[in-house]
Amino acid sequence: MIQDLVVYAVFIGYAIGVLMTFGLVLTWVERKQAAIMSDRIGANRAYLRIPFTDVRLVWWGLFHGIADGLKMILKEDFKPRTYDWYAYAVAPWVAFTPVLLVFAVIPFGGTLAPAKLVPALADWFGDRTYPMQIARLDAGLLIVFAFGGMTIIGAMLAGWSSSNKFSLLGALRAGSQMISYELVLGLTVLGLILIYGTVDLDDIVRQQSGIVLGFLPAWGVFLQPFAATLFMAAAIAENKRIPFDLPEAESELIAGYFTEYSAMKMGLFMFAEFIEIAIIGALFTTLFLGGYNLPYMNDSGFVFPGGHVVALPYAAVVVIQLVTFLVKVFLMCSFQILVRWSLPRFRYDQVLRFAWKFMLPLALANLTVTAVAVWLLHAVHA
Amino acid sequence: MSARPAPRKAYWNEARLSWWERAYLPEILRGLGITGGVFMRNLWRWMTGRKGALTTYYPEETRPDYGRHNRGKHVLTQRPDGRPQCIACNMCATVCPAKVIEIDAAFDPEDPAHPKYPSRFEIDYSRCVFCGLCVEACPEDAIRMVKEVPGLPGADRHRMWLGREELLGWNPQRDVAKPYPPKPAPGGRA
Repeated sequence: MIQDLVVYAVFIGYAIGVLMTFGLVLTWVERKQAAIMSDRIGANRAYLRIPFTDVRLVWWGLFHGIADGLKMILKEDFKPRTYDWYAYAVAPWVAFTPVLLVFAVIPFGGTLAPAKLVPALADWFGDRTYPMQIARLDAGLLIVFAFGGMTIIGAMLAGWSSSNKFSLLGALRAGSQMISYELVLGLTVLGLILIYGTVDLDDIVRQQSGIVLGFLPAWGVFLQPFAATLFMAAAIAENKRIPFDLPEAESELIAGYFTEYSAMKMGLFMFAEFIEIAIIGALFTTLFLGGYNLPYMNDSGFVFPGGHVVALPYAAVVVIQLVTFLVKVFLMCSFQILVRWSLPRFRYDQVLRFAWKFMLPLALANLTVTAVAVWLLHAVHA
Repeated sequence: MSARPAPRKAYWNEARLSWWERAYLPEILRGLGITGGVFMRNLWRWMTGRKGALTTYYPEETRPDYGRHNRGKHVLTQRPDGRPQCIACNMCATVCPAKVIEIDAAFDPEDPAHPKYPSRFEIDYSRCVFCGLCVEACPEDAIRMVKEVPGLPGADRHRMWLGREELLGWNPQRDVAKPYPPKPAPGGRA
């Protein structure tokens, strides 16, 4: 019992640490990548001075995130005289917390057997094993959508309680846009659920370490390439980033639904957005890119096409899985930032038309084809 | 009048998209390829120790075509003995459209050729418009502007006043066009 508590405390600490680090580092990555993409240098003036010396650590502007955080904490927390102050104060947290909660069901590593990893703990832990995941729920994917859908309440609350027309417009846009794209998001994933026959994310990852067609790793992106593209587009729309940033389109709505927020409350909205980038990267990795495994890899080692097996020591497997997951998530985050700095913003009618008249039929067609294919395969095998 | 303008390439997007463009995704991927390619190229330049940006990193770098006649920070020229060339005639302060120059004149009995000198000469850089009229007005070539503007930004407007000693000393320049007789020894005419 107490062993379980210790292990899960470590998992939770790891998950929160990873998400916060991603949130902080992504602000830097976004600035720097945008700058490099457009032939600029990017933020590089903030530095840390080692006390009592003249050594200044600039590190390519990595510390601008700290400067941002300090500024947001020290700024005046301006509050509008709104008629619903409680909703106004709660809204940033309603937008921020579900984003963190989604990570609870995402597996960030294989199976942890503390006794095998640290022989000194063998007596205490015995043969207990833990999947590296905060909550091993067999309804994993449903939890993702349940919590993912809650962020919209934060946006709506923020816009409604600000008693500002721009905020209200932004909130309305956020509402209709996020509901539309949530539908597409769910439909794209249904194909995967049909193929894997489960909504348990850890099980989905394990099934992806196989081989299809004799040489390809059985990643979701190879089984459902169409769904992967649609999922990425819909997820970016869910996160309200360019090209789908209509709810906060600054040239039309100042800052949209968080126009009236300042200081750290505004920072929470921004931070939630950056963490959601990481969450979308993690979800995409888990569903379509083989999760924490390298291609052809499972919990005991590599099984290459042709039946060639390379066994790995247990500790190496754990480290490789943890690092692989982080690298994949980071690459997906970088891809989202590439999208954000490449594409122009939609017009609002185009956003909704894109969702209902373009992506929804495509997702339905993809689902139909997948269902028929899965049915045929089952019929052949049976 | 004589040279005909070079023929310009006309850019015109067809108002109607082709079916390939209306499929949307291929063109999006092409755009991502372009920006991603630029990113990888610039990143590779940075990683191999070259510069992957067009930005001129201003105070540390200057462009080769940086304006030679840029009007920057003021310099008070010196006489050979280090005293200011300025005779405190107040012409620069009078012509200054932003009224940023303040001069207090004083009397120097030991230099009969130039008995008037500025005991205080201050410029308020928080208001200076860098028009250069003070330089043009000066009859003595006592005030100049150099092209650089080092160390001007400040967090406090009250610290943006530069005084006589700093204007004389930060970039010492002498009036070489007009040779000066040495200052007469005290006690009589030479």
